[in-house]
Order: sequence, then structure tokens, then C-alpha cells
Amino acid sequence: MTLSPEVSTWLTVFGHFLVLSLLAVGGAISVAPEMHRLMVGQLGLLTDAQFNASIAIAQSAPGPNVLFVAVMGYQAGGWMGAAATLLGIMLPSTTLAYAAARWGHARQHWRGVQAFKAGLTPITIALLLVTGWILSIDTPGVAHFVVTAAAALLVWRTRIHMLWMIVAGAVVGVLGWV
Amino acid sequence: MTDSAALRRPASPSDLFLSFTWLALQGFGGVLAVAQRVLCEDKRWVTKEDFLELLAVGQVLPGPNVCNLALMIGDRFFGWRGAFAALGGMMTVPLLIVMALAVLYVKFAANPVVAGALHGMGAVAAGLIIGTAFKLAPALRRNPMGLPLCVAFGAATFVLVALLRYPLVWVLLSLGTVACAAAWLRVRTKVVAEEPPSADMS
Repeated sequence: MTLSPEVSTWLTVFGHFLVLSLLAVGGAISVAPEMHRLMVGQLGLLTDAQFNASIAIAQSAPGPNVLFVAVMGYQAGGWMGAAATLLGIMLPSTTLAYAAARWGHARQHWRGVQAFKAGLTPITIALLLVTGWILSIDTPGVAHFVVTAAAALLVWRTRIHMLWMIVAGAVVGVLGWV
Repeated sequence: MTDSAALRRPASPSDLFLSFTWLALQGFGGVLAVAQRVLCEDKRWVTKEDFLELLAVGQVLPGPNVCNLALMIGDRFFGWRGAFAALGGMMTVPLLIVMALAVLYVKFAANPVVAGALHGMGAVAAGLIIGTAFKLAPALRRNPMGLPLCVAFGAATFVLVALLRYPLVWVLLSLGTVACAAAWLRVRTKVVAEEPPSADMS
């Protein structure tokens, strides 16, 4: 937060997020790997730790998970960054959803609509796994892996509230076990 | 449609805004489960069948599916004003909360306790996403492509994006197109058999 990147940087980020918005089938989290490539790799606006913390902060707060995008932007460049990422990720997809809501309402039986949905479902689920993989692999360590695996197992197999798992992760982190 | 007699309507766009704010505030780590309970059971604004249909469309379209869902439900009752009210309710207060947390984080990131806590939370966050994928995977059994093809497309996606780190754009355009084409071929025979009547119910 010492240097505020130039406006042109934020226009670049905004433009990329406009495109990512239209690719975010399965939610903004499914394009998180691409955000990582851009923000951490290509532009160097965030560290790995900041990127992961953005998702963790949004997960620990109530509301739609897409808000992690605003946290990411804020950490990279304050309010300007937050506006660039959140508006970028929301504007195209909501406009499209609004237009498609009326169009699609009467056409759900169309073969094309059904094929589109069926084709993208397995890819969407795989992209969730990719996101989890990239978040874990960039932070090596056996303990870290065990915590991640335990959280995955609990979400999959139990109905324990996710907030408790986030709290447990924070406690384990404060104790220095991961 | 069976229990449509019991359905109610939101009183106004501000009713939509407040209701969606309230349900978003109950959703830690995901709003979908809460949304289903509030909209179908507490408020009775949509039937379960309607909710599933809207979610399917919201999932096919890009963007956060709960936000798309809010937009569509709001639009259904009050047009664009409803869509704005529902989406605004879903986002505004949670955004303020999450930004407050982010501001605190930037101030206290150097603090070893905060850094440790967030490191641990990051490990859990990765697990939450992986666990959600496992939870959703059984839905692939009902996919017209069949389970083996679904697993193949999923595995190919994982290898291309996670291991080889190819840009998602190209993976979706290439692999996604092939997958949709495969689904088209499988879906076709099924739908022809049970083509719904063309009569438009408006």
C-alpha cells in the first residue's frame, strides 16, 4: 500500500475483469485461477498470501462469495482497485442475466439450452477443484495440506456450519500450527 | 405449481431489498442454502420447482449464481426495479461488512496474530471450495452425457487449467465447445422423445 498504481493499470484490470465476468460460469470463484494469473503473476499487484487472504476474508463474512473480488481489488490498490474489480466482474454478467432471464424463461426446453447446461456442468465442477488446488499448492507444507483436506471433508460429509471451520482455521493459524 | 395457492408476493421493491439483505447476512461461506429456505419456505415467493429452474438458468449464465437468481426473482415481481432491489439487497450491506474487514486486514496484516489467523483461514477456504465441488459432483449422474464423459471432461479441465496453467478463456472455448457438442448429441434423442406441446402458456 505504499505506491498507488496508475490509472492505466486499473483500466487494464477493469478490462480483464469485464471479460472474466462473461467467462465466470459457476460463479466468480471459477475464474479465480485466471485472476491469480493476472493479479499475482502478470501485473504483480498482489502476493500469494494477499490473494488467499482475499478469499478467506470474504468466506469469513456473510454474503455472496463474489465479494472476495472487491477485497482483492482493495488490497491491490485501495478503493480504486475495489471499484475496478467489483464493477468489472458484475456489470457484464448481471446485464446478461437480466436480458437472458426473459428470453430463457419460455425456452428452457430448447435442445441448445439443455446441451449448453449439460456440457458446462462437469467443467464447472472441475474448475472449483482447480481453484482449491491452486490455493493449496502455492502454500506448501504438510500441516497446511491437512487443514485444507479436513475442511474439504467436513464440508462434503457433514452439515457443520462453515463459519466454525473458518474459526477453527484461524485458531490453528494463530497457534502457529500451519 | 401444485402449491401455488400458498404462494405470496413481496409487498414492494423495498420489501425485496430488505428480505434479500436479511438472507444474505445469514449466509456465511455461501448464500444458496439460505436462499432456498427463505424464498421457498419462509417467504413462499417461489415454489421449489421454480427455484430449481431459476438456479439452473443462473448457473448456466456467467456470474455469481445467487446474484443472477436474485436478479431474476426481483425481475419477475417488479421488473427492472425489482431486479435492482433484490440484487442491491444481496450485495450492499455484505459489501460494507467485507470491506470493513479488508480495511482492518490491511492495517493489521503485519500483526503476527492476524497474519497467522488469515493463513489458517486461507487453508480452510481452499478446503471449503474443494468440499463444495465434491458435494456438487453427484449431480453429474443426471447429466445426459453420462458419468464417464463428464469425468473425462472434468479431468481434462483440471489438467489443462491446474497443472498446465492454460488460460481459462481458451480452455472454455475449445474444451467447452466440444463438451456442449457432445451434450447436444446426447440430449437430442431424449428431447425429441418428449417434446413439450408448443402451446404457449402466458
